[in-house]
Amino acid sequence: MTRSSRLTHARQFGTVLGLVVLSSVLWALTPHFFTVPNLLNVAQQTSINAIVAVGMTFVIISGGIDLSVGSIVALSGVALGAALQGGQALPVALAIALGIGVICGLVNGAIISWGGLPPFIVTLGMMSIVRGAALVFTEGRPVSGFDPLFRSLAAGHLGGVPAPVIATMAVYLVAHVVLTRTTFGRYVYAIGGNEEATRLAGVSVRFHKTMIYAVSGLVSAMAAVILTARLNSAQPIAGTMYELDAIAATVIGGTSLMGGQGSLAGTLVGALIMGVLRNGLNLLGVSSFLQQIVIGAVIIGAVLIDTVLKRHRN
Amino acid sequence: MPAPVLEMRGIRKSFPGVVALDGVDLSLQPGEVHVLLGENGAGKSTLMKILSGAYRKDAGEILINGATADIQGPGDALARGIRVIYQELNLVPHLSVAENIFLGAAPTTWGGLIDWRQLHERAARLLADLGLAIAPAIPLHRLSLAHRQMVEIAKALGGHASVLVMDEPTSALTSREVDQLFALVARLIARGVAIVYITHRLDEVYRIGHRVTVLRDGRHVTTRLLSEVSVAELVGLMANRDVGEHFPRVRTMPGAELLRVEGLGRGDLLADVSFSLRAGEILGVGGLLGAGRTELARVIAGVDRPDAGKIFIDGQAVRFRAPADAIARRIGLLPEDRKAQGFVGDFIIERNIALPHGRQLAPYGLLPARCEAAMAEPLVQELHVKGTSAQPVRLLSGGNQQKVVLGKWLAGNARVFIFDEPTRGVDVGAKVEIYNLMNRLTASGAGIIMISSELPELLGMSDRILVMHRGRIQAEFQSADATQARVLTAALGLAS
Repeated sequence: MTRSSRLTHARQFGTVLGLVVLSSVLWALTPHFFTVPNLLNVAQQTSINAIVAVGMTFVIISGGIDLSVGSIVALSGVALGAALQGGQALPVALAIALGIGVICGLVNGAIISWGGLPPFIVTLGMMSIVRGAALVFTEGRPVSGFDPLFRSLAAGHLGGVPAPVIATMAVYLVAHVVLTRTTFGRYVYAIGGNEEATRLAGVSVRFHKTMIYAVSGLVSAMAAVILTARLNSAQPIAGTMYELDAIAATVIGGTSLMGGQGSLAGTLVGALIMGVLRNGLNLLGVSSFLQQIVIGAVIIGAVLIDTVLKRHRN
Repeated sequence: MPAPVLEMRGIRKSFPGVVALDGVDLSLQPGEVHVLLGENGAGKSTLMKILSGAYRKDAGEILINGATADIQGPGDALARGIRVIYQELNLVPHLSVAENIFLGAAPTTWGGLIDWRQLHERAARLLADLGLAIAPAIPLHRLSLAHRQMVEIAKALGGHASVLVMDEPTSALTSREVDQLFALVARLIARGVAIVYITHRLDEVYRIGHRVTVLRDGRHVTTRLLSEVSVAELVGLMANRDVGEHFPRVRTMPGAELLRVEGLGRGDLLADVSFSLRAGEILGVGGLLGAGRTELARVIAGVDRPDAGKIFIDGQAVRFRAPADAIARRIGLLPEDRKAQGFVGDFIIERNIALPHGRQLAPYGLLPARCEAAMAEPLVQELHVKGTSAQPVRLLSGGNQQKVVLGKWLAGNARVFIFDEPTRGVDVGAKVEIYNLMNRLTASGAGIIMISSELPELLGMSDRILVMHRGRIQAEFQSADATQARVLTAALGLAS
């Protein structure tokens, strides 16, 4: 094994270890945690954040940030709901939802790349614009009640594994191949590591940055499909704070906010840590108010350990 | 002669692999403008950084008003009345002139609030004292660069400076602004301030200087009264470096023309540049910092677009919209600042080498297994890059990093290589390796444009030398006719 990948593996091992320790503690504290139904439940609840975090990982590795993902979940969701209720076939409705996600991402990326604005500002603005669009489009009302075929996207099973979990695994598999085995994936890391050197190597940094935000929009729309199917309702206020959960999963998973480093495996474990933690605190009867404090502390703690280890290594 | 206000004796400073200062002396009289001359890298800046406390000296002593001064950091230098006006001014654009002058030292009322009236009164008095017609309340960003510089000087004097270092203060000023600045300098020396004046403009030296100290390769060459030394002598003193290094240039018969530029221009940085480069040739480009050499490299490499002029490759006119266009025409740029522009530090060697060649390696985007390693491995061996294949390039030595950047272009069969300061930050042993690689490139029919601030390197490796001054080509020499003095004379903008 090579030295740098050994370091990456050591980092991921730490995150996995955190997940194992957390799970063991919960297993010891409550008999309800380590049961098949509960674990499937955790996996299912984690799926939406995990999928959104895929796009966030691409964006953060490239040195950016995307605050608009939660709003994109809402707009894609209500567009999907309206299309289905308007009598569109399921594939058409899905194409509309995913298309809207991609378009939102392209707008983010184009303004960042060609306008030269900081990603934080652009996606903060888009967070508000897209949310507003979802509210205007629905006049603030949820779109509810869909046919069973659509709902099976969330409620269905394959060999006992819930459909959202299968979808999540598929998204991670494809995204992992894209990030590690394609030129696009290389450029994601290269842009985050040294944008100027990447530009001088003849890579069209603007085009690829725009595509990175399009990926983020696309997976946010995928999360919207699962969310809408699961709730049997599309809500214009859905997805609030999803951006923060996705950033947290990415960062707990070891992706550097400075860009240039990170992995999807880490992000998946980071999302699972957050899911297990929420589930465990619920099982233990910890109030949702207190849960927020615990989760915040875990985010800071994980990154603190990472930073201290890195300093030690250098 | 009055007692010196400042004496630096036997100052020594080395950085890993290079002795920057080797026993340098400098003494300053009150009320004197002492000019510090030397080529790029002669040690002027290092000496001034030691004086201002930015660096610590390895050996030597500094005396202020005859007493030993232990300068450990910038605070010590400030406390002893030493002020440096850098080329990049240390001012806050959105604060007023008065606030900038008293930044961090504003007069306060008994409540701890800023005493605005006193602040403005004191600033106004200081500016009037210096004969400057600048309103204290005006925001700094509304002033011209020359006036900002004067505010910086006023700020320095607000803290009662006795030694003022001015580092190329006129490089961005118009001739009228230069007159204003010199009038201020005259008032300062009348008040007994001693000034160290660093410049490359020899015409200015005689206008305001009293004495001159010349540094060369970190050594003190001479200190003379300016009234007793001619321009030609000064150039000779700056240039006459001993060429201790060996330059293994193997000359090749120049072949067909690879590249030609005609009337290339861009903004104020580049004007009317024309030349051609032939296969097997190393074309050296000399000049001082800011002469437009790096800009020339960037335009030819497609990084910046020219406003005027044409580029021809193999006799065919081309237009580069982006670096990719130049790369497709087999032009490779090895930038001066390798860390910021040459490679991705976190990437291992093979990924850096493969980075420009994604389309070739993976036409459909999916990289075949180990294709980057297959591309890089022969080059790593050929170039003798030392480092394991899994090491991030940021952990390699400067010489090996330069080889990786070269490998990046060799992988695409580049034929025109632009080396911007090829051996900066490269240790002595690796330098020769880089020179040998340049020989191999030209022997195989490539052409090299080599930008260098090191005269021995420029003279030792080039077949032909262009010297740039303020964005233009000031002179061209065949290597047989070029001497350090002639190149330097042209670089300084003096007739050649």
